[in-house]
Amino acid sequence: MPIILDKVSHIYGQDTNTPVKALNNINLVIPDGQFIGIIGHTGSGKSTLVQHLNGLMKATAGNIYFNGEDIDDDDFDKKKLRSKVGLVFQYPEHQLFETDVFTDVCFGPKNLGLSKTEVELRAYEALKLVGLDDEYFYQSPFDLSGGQKRRVAIAGVLAMKPQVLVLDEPTAGLDPKGRDEILEQISKLKKETGITVILVSHSMDDVARYVERIIVMNRGCVVYDDAPREVFRYYRELEEIGLAAPQVTYMMKDLQEHGYDVSDNVTTIDEAKDEIMRYFTRLAAAKKGNG
Amino acid sequence: MSAVKGHGFDMGIIKVRDLIFEYIRRDEEGNVEGITTAVDNVNLDINQGDFVAILGHNGSGKSTLAKHLNAILYPTEGTVWVDGKDTQKDEYLWDIRQTAGMVFQNPDNQIIGQIVEEDTGFGPENMGVPTKEIWERVEESLKAVGMYEFRHHSPNKLSGGQKQRVSIAGVIAMHPKCIILDEPTAMLDPKGRKEVIRAVRALNDVERITVILITHYMEEVIYADKVFVMDKGAVTLQGTPREVFSEVERLKELRLDVPQVTLLAHALRQEGFPMPKGILTKEEFREALDDCVKELF
Repeated sequence: MPIILDKVSHIYGQDTNTPVKALNNINLVIPDGQFIGIIGHTGSGKSTLVQHLNGLMKATAGNIYFNGEDIDDDDFDKKKLRSKVGLVFQYPEHQLFETDVFTDVCFGPKNLGLSKTEVELRAYEALKLVGLDDEYFYQSPFDLSGGQKRRVAIAGVLAMKPQVLVLDEPTAGLDPKGRDEILEQISKLKKETGITVILVSHSMDDVARYVERIIVMNRGCVVYDDAPREVFRYYRELEEIGLAAPQVTYMMKDLQEHGYDVSDNVTTIDEAKDEIMRYFTRLAAAKKGNG
Repeated sequence: MSAVKGHGFDMGIIKVRDLIFEYIRRDEEGNVEGITTAVDNVNLDINQGDFVAILGHNGSGKSTLAKHLNAILYPTEGTVWVDGKDTQKDEYLWDIRQTAGMVFQNPDNQIIGQIVEEDTGFGPENMGVPTKEIWERVEESLKAVGMYEFRHHSPNKLSGGQKQRVSIAGVIAMHPKCIILDEPTAMLDPKGRKEVIRAVRALNDVERITVILITHYMEEVIYADKVFVMDKGAVTLQGTPREVFSEVERLKELRLDVPQVTLLAHALRQEGFPMPKGILTKEEFREALDDCVKELF
């Protein structure tokens, strides 16, 4: 169920004397099953943008279509939209409130008016999808580690069976292993269920490693929208808007500037390793040729 | 000389001996469920002017330890001295809080003033510093973190990195000898992270303020004089960044990581490249690769 944004703008405080244009004429097509990263500095409009995707915020101009239907039409079922487009906010663990993990995850589907069996089945599936062991199901969510709490919160959204999962900074505040675990789990989840995943992130290294498409926001506009290695070619432009390329990209540029015949079009450690090894293989072949 | 150091005359800005901190877990009715040892027998010696980093996974006890360094928490067992003063003695409380200032993760929870300069002056004002001197301190503190031009702004309109630098200015206006930063960059974008780390390094280099930085970003640690790695409440690894980041596998076991430069060098070493351990910057990496070319061809 693709989402189409057609000339979407959002102005905060439109009727006041200090209106702020948070989104400026956004055109985007989000087809089924993509893994998308949204990057941009604080205040660039990322969070405002994602809150439009499930109708939490209303565009002040332009139209948003979900599966071909305009979500601002009077007869459009917004409640259904919210269950189809699941939004996981920053620090979602602050929203846990139930006495045990399982009941907390049941909260969403229960409100959809499903049968008790269906609700529990969904909660169980969701907790399995985020990789939480059974032993934690009946513990208080507040006794879990930071990473575990966050997974419970994500499970709460997954239990709604969304077709699009939007995660706003899902790894903020986690230790490196916790970051990897969450992202691995999301990546696995995406492969298993085929849902669309939209990841809002400040970590260029993470975005480079996982997503297939990056949308770069600045001052409420989309400035780049392409595959990671294409986007990170513009590292100078990215720096000007408060972002950066992954650290390995800079390492390869440094090598190149010092006479190494390697490509700087590299965004992950594995790609960098392969590129350097190819360079040494070429050196070896050249030496053999000369000798 | 080391004999003199151990003698207690020159005990450094922070000294922690056999620190244990336990807390009692209770259920909803208040019944005791068990005891958690959050800090388990930690010893630390930090000298005036050091830049120290503390790493560790979520729940390893870093923040609990940090909260002992300015008397927010008190030891269950053992002793913590800040500038020679035992943190458990009530009469030193305000001295200690003034000596060791703390900056937390979320900039929005730490700013109270309506205007940047007013927020920065809050600490010294509470200490009873004369008005004229407050203004001098506000000016120098905001200049030290590069926020002086924003002194008349409302903190609400600043970016995360700018807010965090205002928080730091608020601490240094109290003229601490030591500043403890508990994940100050966790909520910031790349530019904000860079700004904050640059400001912190300048405080250490120029003002010689002791810095204790708790972080999950390995790249922020490479400039530290010393790194402590915590696990299960105890210090499990310590050394210079180079020494600590040489332990790639060990750090991964501890749910941590190494900077990407170090990781790439490590990956190449595993492929048989004669790369040294503990490479920390792209320049070092390039030089090591130059050596590989010389050695192999």
